[in-house]
Amino acid sequence: MRGQLFAGRGNKTTAGWFTLVCVSEESLLSGSFEQLAMPHFERLYNFACWLTHDRQEAEDLVQETYVKALKGFSSFQQGTNFRAWIYKILRNAFLTSRTGLKVTATVPLDLEGNEENLPKVQETPESILLQRSDRELVQQALEQLPVAYREVLLLCEVEEMSYQEISATLSIPMGTVMSRLSRARRALRAGVQTTQVQKMQGA
Amino acid sequence: MSQGLIMVCETWTDKLDAYLDGELPAGEERALGEHLRGCAACAAESLSRVQLKRAVHTAGQRFTPDPTFRARIQKNIAAKQPARWGRFWFPILATAMVLLIAGAITLRVNSVRRGEQQLVSELADLHVATLASSNPVDVVSTDRHTVKPWFAGKIPFTFNLPELKDSPFVLMGAKVSYLNQTPGAELIFSVRQHRISVFIFQERALGSLRADDAARSGLSFNVRSWSHDGLQYFVIGDASAQDLDKLSELLKAAA
Repeated sequence: MRGQLFAGRGNKTTAGWFTLVCVSEESLLSGSFEQLAMPHFERLYNFACWLTHDRQEAEDLVQETYVKALKGFSSFQQGTNFRAWIYKILRNAFLTSRTGLKVTATVPLDLEGNEENLPKVQETPESILLQRSDRELVQQALEQLPVAYREVLLLCEVEEMSYQEISATLSIPMGTVMSRLSRARRALRAGVQTTQVQKMQGA
Repeated sequence: MSQGLIMVCETWTDKLDAYLDGELPAGEERALGEHLRGCAACAAESLSRVQLKRAVHTAGQRFTPDPTFRARIQKNIAAKQPARWGRFWFPILATAMVLLIAGAITLRVNSVRRGEQQLVSELADLHVATLASSNPVDVVSTDRHTVKPWFAGKIPFTFNLPELKDSPFVLMGAKVSYLNQTPGAELIFSVRQHRISVFIFQERALGSLRADDAARSGLSFNVRSWSHDGLQYFVIGDASAQDLDKLSELLKAAA
């Protein structure tokens, strides 16, 4: 009888500590969401604007992203890349939004192997020596890019993500990241050149 | 420029993006750096790509959110706080409850055990004192019909004693004993060379000193205890557990 009582007490105490450990871990998680997520706010909004071309839609997208991220925060594995995780949520939310569906319906998200839709680039270095005043030029060219090229360029150049991070964000293999980036850059150069020529002709 | 050199340059330009993105393995990075220092065409190409990278970097940072939007998002996250606080506090309270209950059980078990141990050790002291005494019993008799009436007027209750004729036990005598300042009966039996004390006290006299029916042994003595009709019986001695059980059965049967 005494033995049973002791065994019972032992189990309860162990269970108690176990719960305590779980609780402190959970409170740690919920406490750190804001600290982890808010520093990305401005960048996420910028990225959302580039995807949607509409500020109101971008706001909705960012809002949806934060709600989904908070809700799914328990599924986020601590120690893995939070930035890639939250960008992935935003991107998935965009792809399932009305604008996202429309965009991906007209332009395939996967542009690999579509060499023919890349304009020919006159590879003279002088032709794309960019000035500070050419910011608008680049922005226009970026806008014209298919969303698959635009997002991979933004993640690499603006967010300065590693190939590994981009691979995690877009859920594509590293090899695809490299080839898509290369195509996106060529497409952007071509776009910049075309816009430049148009400008010069217009001037 | 020779054909061979152009081919060399082509293999390098394929790697130029990874080089400028800082994603080339260290060995190749060194080799490409070397090549760039020697090849004007590749250096120019590299420069133009760096410029494009920089241009995209600045041009890409185009949209700034409204401060009120930031506040709204922060409020939105905070709005989830009550639910989170509930989730946060419930397990804490549950844990506190579990720990409290566990603590209470531990204290209770310990206090009960302390009570039992105290009782057993007091009885063991009484038993040893009796055996050590030069005058161990006040009434020396093997006859239960002598012993039982002897207690009349000395203790505030009466009890029955078993017939021991066909058993290995011999009644050696009895005396009045005290526990918790209350008188009770102490009967001394012998079985072979062992002495066994049987204590009988009123249950209400024991107060906080409780004992259950479980067999226990303390201080190398075997102890049996039970209650019957408001009386608490204790059998204590260095005889075997079987002997104590047998004597207990006889006493229970007689009561």
